[in-house]
Amino acid sequence: MSAQLPKTKGIHHTKGEPLVWLTAMGLTIGLVMVASLLLVIISQGVGVFWPKRVTRFVLPDESGKRIEVDGVVVKRQLKTAEAGKAPIEEIQIYTGNREVYSLAFRYLDVHRITSESLPADALLIERLENGNAIGTPISLKTGSSTGLPAEDPSFRSGLAKAIEEASARRSAIDHLEKHVIGRNAAEISELEVRAKSAAPDRQQALEADIATLKTRYQELAAEAKRLRKVQNEQSLEYRLASGETRTVAIGSIIDHHYPNQLGFLSRFGRFCENLWNFVSERPREANTEGGIFPAIFGTFVMTLLMSLLVAPFGVLAAIYLREYAKQGPIVRMVRIAVNNLAGVPSIVFGVFGLGFFVYFVGGSIDRAFFSQCLPNPTVGTGGIGWAAMTLALMTLPVVIVATEEAVVAVPRGAREGSLACGASKWQTIQRIVLPAAVPGILTGMILAMARGAGEVAPLMLVGVVKLAPSLPLDLEYPFFHLNQKFMHLGFHIYDLGFQSPDSEAARPMVFATTLFLILLVIVLNLGAILLRERLRRRFATAAF
Amino acid sequence: MDQITSKPIVSAPAEAPQTGRDSGYVSIRDYDFFYGKQQVLFSISMDMPERQVTALIGPSGCGKSTLLRNINRMNDLIDGISHRGDILIDGKTIYNPHIEVTSLRKRIGMVFQKSNPFPKSIYENVVYGLRVAGGYTKSQLDQACEEALKSAALWDEAKDRLTDSALGLSGGQQQRLCIARAVAIRPDILLMDEPCSALDPLATSRIEELITELKKDYTVVIVTHNMQQAARVSDRTAFFYLGKLIEYDSTLTIFTTPKQKQTEDYITGRFG
Repeated sequence: MSAQLPKTKGIHHTKGEPLVWLTAMGLTIGLVMVASLLLVIISQGVGVFWPKRVTRFVLPDESGKRIEVDGVVVKRQLKTAEAGKAPIEEIQIYTGNREVYSLAFRYLDVHRITSESLPADALLIERLENGNAIGTPISLKTGSSTGLPAEDPSFRSGLAKAIEEASARRSAIDHLEKHVIGRNAAEISELEVRAKSAAPDRQQALEADIATLKTRYQELAAEAKRLRKVQNEQSLEYRLASGETRTVAIGSIIDHHYPNQLGFLSRFGRFCENLWNFVSERPREANTEGGIFPAIFGTFVMTLLMSLLVAPFGVLAAIYLREYAKQGPIVRMVRIAVNNLAGVPSIVFGVFGLGFFVYFVGGSIDRAFFSQCLPNPTVGTGGIGWAAMTLALMTLPVVIVATEEAVVAVPRGAREGSLACGASKWQTIQRIVLPAAVPGILTGMILAMARGAGEVAPLMLVGVVKLAPSLPLDLEYPFFHLNQKFMHLGFHIYDLGFQSPDSEAARPMVFATTLFLILLVIVLNLGAILLRERLRRRFATAAF
Repeated sequence: MDQITSKPIVSAPAEAPQTGRDSGYVSIRDYDFFYGKQQVLFSISMDMPERQVTALIGPSGCGKSTLLRNINRMNDLIDGISHRGDILIDGKTIYNPHIEVTSLRKRIGMVFQKSNPFPKSIYENVVYGLRVAGGYTKSQLDQACEEALKSAALWDEAKDRLTDSALGLSGGQQQRLCIARAVAIRPDILLMDEPCSALDPLATSRIEELITELKKDYTVVIVTHNMQQAARVSDRTAFFYLGKLIEYDSTLTIFTTPKQKQTEDYITGRFG
């Protein structure tokens, strides 16, 4: 304590201090970037589902005529006016009614607006076609009669009931046409094939069966037709802000609500409903309406399939490289090649997947086993199986490198202990090395999954489509359709943002879809991390 | 230390002992050993009689651990090793190309400097050697586990927590668990590479007691840096220096009347 400390020249000259600030600055910049990324995506993505009020704007148009328009305010911005003048504030509103206004969005100059009001009975109608309609209800018509006027106290419940019934009928028609009639048609064609090759005495019985099935088909088709007709029996009449009157068949209304009459709780309820519909429904109208369920499901299944494919190959390759191969120049070269494979642009893997998996392997299988279907390819075309294989190949280096590192990190004492007990090399790897390396291997799998789930470019070549007719995994034999085309969130984002006819309308959907892509990657990674933590606790190697 | 045979034994015993096992008589003949081009053992010839404790002492880097690890061919893991001469166990070479090295290691248990229990339960640690050998029933495994833990003086402490992780044991207990794991395969020979160097004095004395017990059943070869330990537990002591066997005699002789000046200097602490 009594020893004299050397004199310092003051805190400013302490060595290394500026570098500490530099490193802290680096970290801060990184954190700010990540936080703002999440903030932008969440604010833009979640806002889509929050029901907003409909405002009625009154303003004169270019010729001075008074116009009225209903719309939801999307954003306010400054528009640069002619040179020398101050910029003008303008608002963008969502007007819906695409079939009337030809665009779903409109820009209004704020200074020209003469009045704004919130029409209490404004109704937002979600339709099967042409997006949403915004208007004031007039009456619920059945056939050509005048129907139930909107002033009638039973109008609201009547409308809700009619729409509910229509939804039930729509799913009934869907079931009938997709499943019942489909199965019927499949049975008919199967019997017809059998009838061709059957003995003459059997043929009559088969033909009788076919006739019965065909009658059944007629009945089913008639039933579907009847239901479709019922769908259009009732219609809703509504008035636009401009005064124009329009009608919409109840059968093509999906949902409706009065945006200016919602309290906070019902607004929140509607928000949750919108969110749920987005997650659970199929896309409609060139993907700009409806949900993204097939894309979430496709991404999930493809990523899992890829992980199942890449894990065994990567682990086995790494074990051979590290444990059995004689460490020398050749192994070193192989290792460098594997590491470099991780840096190859992903589109190159896509081209390889198309050329090798789809055209060569798939084409050969088609020629060998499905020659009766040619020239239509059965497996020689893009599909979820080929896509998963392509991505597995792309992420293989990540898994190999991670596994090698994990295997090397297993302490020598553990190996020697096992060998000294008379275990063979393979027994030691299997019982001691691999279990201890599993957490490290899973880290590699997490990296591989994160990369695979977010990759779009190679998938566009080997099986991703804008709209897949059915899911790759369902209840129809053989349940898992590896040759099925599928939808992918990454491609869906691209398609929504840059390929859709009304990209303005789809922009909020882009952010919402991005949000779900991030969520999906987080969920997949979280699963792997939890698994890793469990295993790590089990193989806690404190004593080594 | 009163049962020491004064003259070195030069040949294997003619008769196998009555226990049904081989006796575990190790003899080393003109043994040279190389890491790459570097020679680390020079013409070692010595016999380690069955059911006795042979201690290998010497300064660090003198080759005693290398010799120990060659008895069960643990050094085979290292690239670029070679040897001349031979090591015989009960008169048979350990380098017989027709015999798997794993079957050799099943006859020779080994305990390492740092305790290295596997990240498994205590039970699974003890029966590991039997599991990899295969062909044991559950009751045989249970019995072997109990016997091994008893002979490693760990049964009383571990019998109620056999399914707990072995990593929850204390350092001394872990080392005794490693001894139990080594004796569970019923070897003839037990090799110990500085088994107490990482342990406190109390745990060390328990292991030493254990070694004295174990020599009733096993040929024990122990490498140690602790001169008192060699004097306490061993029947015969070999002193190594720079890869050469300087002196090998009964422990009593080595510690009281060594013939070589270097041995005397080392055990009295004048160098090394």
